[in-house]
Amino acid sequence: MTATPLADGGDSHLPDGVEPRTFDGDQRLATRGEPVYGEPVQDGWRAWDPGRSKLGAMLGRGVETGFAGGDTVLYLGAASGTTVSHVADFAGPTYAVEFAPRPARDLVRAAESRPNLFPLLKDARKPETYAHVVESGVDVLFQDVATRGQGEVACRNRQFLADDGWLVATIKARSEDVTGPTEVTFGHVVDTIETEYEVVTTERMDPLHEDHLAVVARPR
Amino acid sequence: MTGDGWFAGCDAGDTATAAEHVREGRADAPADWPTRAVESGFAPDEEAYYTALHEACVAATRGEATEAERAGDQQLVHAVRAMDDCMRTANELAERLSEWAGALFDEDGAGVEFARTVADREPTTPDEERAVSLAERVVDLADEAEDLEAYVETRAPTVAPNLAAMAGPVLAARLVALAGGLESLAKKPSGTVQVLGAEDALFAHLRGHASSPKHGVIYTHEYVRGTRPADRGSAARAVAGKLTIAARVDHYSGERKPELDAELDERMAAIRARAEDDEEGDEE
Ligand SMILES: C[S@@+](CC[C@H](N)C(=O)[O-])C[C@H]1O[C@@H](n2cnc3c(N)ncnc32)[C@H](O)[C@@H]1O
Repeated sequence: MTATPLADGGDSHLPDGVEPRTFDGDQRLATRGEPVYGEPVQDGWRAWDPGRSKLGAMLGRGVETGFAGGDTVLYLGAASGTTVSHVADFAGPTYAVEFAPRPARDLVRAAESRPNLFPLLKDARKPETYAHVVESGVDVLFQDVATRGQGEVACRNRQFLADDGWLVATIKARSEDVTGPTEVTFGHVVDTIETEYEVVTTERMDPLHEDHLAVVARPR
Repeated sequence: MTGDGWFAGCDAGDTATAAEHVREGRADAPADWPTRAVESGFAPDEEAYYTALHEACVAATRGEATEAERAGDQQLVHAVRAMDDCMRTANELAERLSEWAGALFDEDGAGVEFARTVADREPTTPDEERAVSLAERVVDLADEAEDLEAYVETRAPTVAPNLAAMAGPVLAARLVALAGGLESLAKKPSGTVQVLGAEDALFAHLRGHASSPKHGVIYTHEYVRGTRPADRGSAARAVAGKLTIAARVDHYSGERKPELDAELDERMAAIRARAEDDEEGDEE
């Protein structure tokens, strides 16, 4: 799945600082930084595992995300830092919001070697609790909260985004806690997002991340 | 609510205050904080601003995450007390059962293991039915105690990583329970920790009826129990001293420090070497 865009040199969607590299004979996306989750490292480059990272999977399959490299990023749902550590490797100031204490401890560890990664133990549904820390006009709002009300979270955090910025959200159908077909659930969440954003792309993330939809959007 | 950034009223370099602002502050809306911080003189340039922000966020999040996780100490206290209750009750009932079943089935045995064999029987009379049913309750209680112990074993290292590593998870949980929480354990002098769980003996001593106890539950620690009686007092003191330090590190920083275990190992090696010297001396 990742092989095609990488093999024919179609890397134009990759942000600066993300490169296909060879690990043990396999081409994989990688960033430069200290390892975080036991991923292979070579010459200072750490392999980015698309099975453990939805953003890694999106970049691997050629989705245009708006990340350019050096961007200012607000990342919601950082967990223990698997993905946001890669983001901080290629981006500029990266604000990482996570509300669960246990993964936040690992997130702090990932942030120790990354001076541009700012861990915040906050609830993404309450932006007023971190608006005194996170700057306005961020280039990319990335969201992976896997919790009920994912559309509302994206809308409430619109205020941090630059007018020409990007929303990149992964939506997990089961988290919405409603019965009915997955497509319908995705439809509701996308409708909510569209109250504040113009949707550019949606893409199902099967098979690496079943039950997930990636949404790329620009603020209205 | 205010429109102030986290750095307002904060001196550059004062990470503690900055971290508190990050944790407690609020704002209605974000602003271009880096520019404002430079304009207000908090930081000479953006780079210095981001450095200060990084320190403040790391300190705030580490502190708050540690505090939230430590709140787990009360769960640990309930779990280890419930585990002891289940085990004690299982043993009491097993004793009753062995009297009853011994008469009914012409089979002797005692304890939870015996209860397991009785529970596996097919009862043929109403009397047997009751005895087998009682045996099943005993087995259930013993299984519950085991499950609770497994829970304590996974939970204790999160709540008190150093104490759990040095004392073993179950003894660590018992000490936390006897003290009423990790914080109060961390605030006790090591002489008190040494006799936690020996309160009866201690009061008898204070009333002048008995000699002072040398150890409480820390007796179950291999380094105390496995030391010859003549040296047990010094072993108990050494173990209590290091466990007290471990509890303090766990409470105040939460970071795992393996060098603490090594210090206890060395101290114990010294005490035991003394014992070996004595024995060699005796042989001569
Ligand atoms: C699927 S995981 C994120 C994985 C992560 N993005 C990665 O790829 O490394 C979702 C995370 O969002 C967090 N989360 C859920 N609701 C949240 C909220 N309201 N505010 C902040 N974090 C939240 C959860 O605690 C969990 O760690």
